Amino acid sequence: MNRRAFIQIRGITKTFGAVTANNNISLNICKGEIHALLGENGSGKSTLMNVLSGIYSPDSGSIFIDGKEVHFNSPKDSIKAGIGMIHQHFKLVEVLTAKENIIAGQKGSFFIGSKDLSRKIKDISEKFGLEIDPDKKVYNMSVGEKQTVEIIKVLYRGADILILDEPTAVLTPQETKRLFDILRKMKDAGCAVIIITHKLNEVMEISDRITVLRRGETVGTVNKNETNIRELTEMMVGRPIDLSIKRIEKNPRSPALQVKNLTVLNEDKRHALDNISFELSAGEILGVAGVAGSGQRELCEAIAGLYPVAGGEILFEGENIVGKNPREIIKMGISMSFIPEDRLGMGLVASMDMVDNFILKEYQNQKGFLIDRRPARKKAEQLVKKLDIKTPGVHYPVKLLSGGNIQKVLLGREIESNPHLLITAYPVRGLDIGSSYTIYDLLNEQKLKNVAILYIGEDLDVLLELCDRIMVLCEGRITGIVDARDTTKEQLGLMMAGEAISDGIGGGL
Amino acid sequence: MIFRIVKRAELSKKKAIAIRAAAIVLALVAAAVFIFALGRNPVDVYLSMLKGAFGSSYRFREIIIKAIPLTITSLGIAIAFKMKFWNIGAEGQIFMGAFAASLFALHFRDMQKPLMLLIMAAAGIIAGGLWALIPAFFKAQFGTNETLFTLMMNYIALKWVTYLQYGPWKDPASFGFPKVANFSDNAILPKVFGIHIGWIITLILIAAVYVFINRTKKGYEISVIGESENTARYAGMNVRKIILTAIFISGGICGLTGMIQASAVNNTLAVEVTGGVGFTAIITAWLGQLSAPIIFIVSFLFAALLQGGAYIQSAFQIPQAAAQIIQGTILFFVLGSEFFIQYRLVFKNEHPLKTKKEGA
Repeated sequence: MNRRAFIQIRGITKTFGAVTANNNISLNICKGEIHALLGENGSGKSTLMNVLSGIYSPDSGSIFIDGKEVHFNSPKDSIKAGIGMIHQHFKLVEVLTAKENIIAGQKGSFFIGSKDLSRKIKDISEKFGLEIDPDKKVYNMSVGEKQTVEIIKVLYRGADILILDEPTAVLTPQETKRLFDILRKMKDAGCAVIIITHKLNEVMEISDRITVLRRGETVGTVNKNETNIRELTEMMVGRPIDLSIKRIEKNPRSPALQVKNLTVLNEDKRHALDNISFELSAGEILGVAGVAGSGQRELCEAIAGLYPVAGGEILFEGENIVGKNPREIIKMGISMSFIPEDRLGMGLVASMDMVDNFILKEYQNQKGFLIDRRPARKKAEQLVKKLDIKTPGVHYPVKLLSGGNIQKVLLGREIESNPHLLITAYPVRGLDIGSSYTIYDLLNEQKLKNVAILYIGEDLDVLLELCDRIMVLCEGRITGIVDARDTTKEQLGLMMAGEAISDGIGGGL
Repeated sequence: MIFRIVKRAELSKKKAIAIRAAAIVLALVAAAVFIFALGRNPVDVYLSMLKGAFGSSYRFREIIIKAIPLTITSLGIAIAFKMKFWNIGAEGQIFMGAFAASLFALHFRDMQKPLMLLIMAAAGIIAGGLWALIPAFFKAQFGTNETLFTLMMNYIALKWVTYLQYGPWKDPASFGFPKVANFSDNAILPKVFGIHIGWIITLILIAAVYVFINRTKKGYEISVIGESENTARYAGMNVRKIILTAIFISGGICGLTGMIQASAVNNTLAVEVTGGVGFTAIITAWLGQLSAPIIFIVSFLFAALLQGGAYIQSAFQIPQAAAQIIQGTILFFVLGSEFFIQYRLVFKNEHPLKTKKEGA
């Protein structure tokens, strides 16, 4: 591309305490291109974009837009300069309509010129193929619709540089496709689009050029047409890596977990889980797919005894555990392990060291008033060696470890207790590629040991490769339980959107 | 903006001490300006503050007597704070502890001394503990805010003791002066090395609380709940029961302060029995980082500051309010230095906003 760069980022450095999040990063983005910013968690993508959108001010370096140097002291300045950021977590007022959200914070006359506004929104919608009902309240919207409102909001403010932070994380494959169509239209209209992601397939599908970051530095910028997934991975990770996940073929044995007609109500007394039934066998990995918030968390916590059950049965090796709290479940001698989604807020005590985190599950079995930390320290030291946990020592607070090492501590502790059932909620979320594969290997190892594994996942490719069967949840209901060997991503996507599976797929499971 | 605030990375121990030392020096300088304005020589005043605090064995004993209630109450508060239960009600728990102890002291005047003191201590602990348990129960059951609840309970306790002192418990032999009758000698704590035995109780409690927090199951559970209730539930802890137990212990320790003060210092029940310790101890508990040994050191230094301040009032004819301003200034800098241990300021010369986007 020989076009003149529209946005030039030169030598941006940003540090937080001792951590250098961005180190001398330079990047050019042209008009009419979709530029992907690729990198693992912690590689500095979000920091860089927060600098560009005026949320952080850089320690050094400069930004040029259309050849002029700009200094942003606040997001207001960057909006003025035509930059619109779509955050991963939407910043919308739930009780207002789409229209009200779009004009919120805008200068203008005291009264809302409803007609003009509606016309302007309609213009933008038609131009880019954004379908939206301006008078619909945000709390009635699906995730995809909310995202559309966010996009219209920044376009309404006159943005011609659009930054999207992990926009597909919350979307079904179909919604993703629609989003990509919109992005292509923007590109044709001359906008510059920056998309932050770590999903390689999407990068290859949507972007024109790709800049890879690693540990806060630019590794390089490549044209999509001249690269492939393998090369990109290598750039991201810094070494070649095998991207295939092994599925261990194994004949599942007797059912370890039977869930019958389980119903769970959330805080608003709505059905978080609605009459769901499934079985999970020893030596099997059952994946759970679904858009975020379809009842996955409630399912895990209900089985682990942390969420009240409104009806139905949960049979663990034949025994009903409904209504039991975790303490009682442990006392019944049931060896179940739960790796919660919120590792530092639920699975571990963030400010404590490995030893104190190890005694969390076993101190109650010790006799007397006092705690003996010696066995836990021994175990912790062994685990550091076995799982190659990078830590200055077993007395180092776990919250200061990297995401991958935190997960190793948690998973390691749970595996140490030799569970018969392992519930894992998004076990690789936030982990770099290398650590993710370590986790997959550990899960497969447990499968070989005849552990029944419930795997809540978000990456459909991983679910299809790792699991034996996949159960799809949509709004608290099961829309299908299919064999992972003969199912496609598109089929999963349809089920995630609520279409119950026809009889043909799934082989009668 | 001329500067911005940035969180520090790891700070070496040496540097942290240097910051605290700098804070004390600055505090002395700032207070010196004030003393100078009063027409006194700051150096003289400071020297006599030191002399007033440590100058004689009598004054040293006075520091210890002031440090005892401060340390014990801080220890009680620290247990609740460790669990992130904001017990602001130590003042009331001290009052109720003193009240319960007095109940026995005044009604069984002829009981044997050791038995009497044991009963009074037990009564003080139980009364303080139960007084704290009321807000804890409401928090565990209905999720009420314990900060406001415990604070309000202080005033109920204060007015209850005031009522007793001015009403039913007023000593008929005091010629109409609103005062509760003095305890009999059997109800007064004995002295060891010239200081009432409270100092030995303090040392034992420091060790006990240290072991409790760091070595026992209950202490571990309290720390986990303080960090995350979700984690505690996940690990199968009975969160409700642990909260109630811990708060009973916290209030009980504060109640014991009440018993010690009523018995050894006031020799009766009086509205002055707390001396505001219930609130001061919140500061010392925080400055002591909720750690028993550090709390002891901080409380001792704090008591020395109070004692020195009291001395300069008489030595220099400085009004009490002025002495308290000096104390307050010093405390302000010391507390303020904790901010600079966590954060630092970065000065920079920023360009004004130059460019506006033109066209599209």
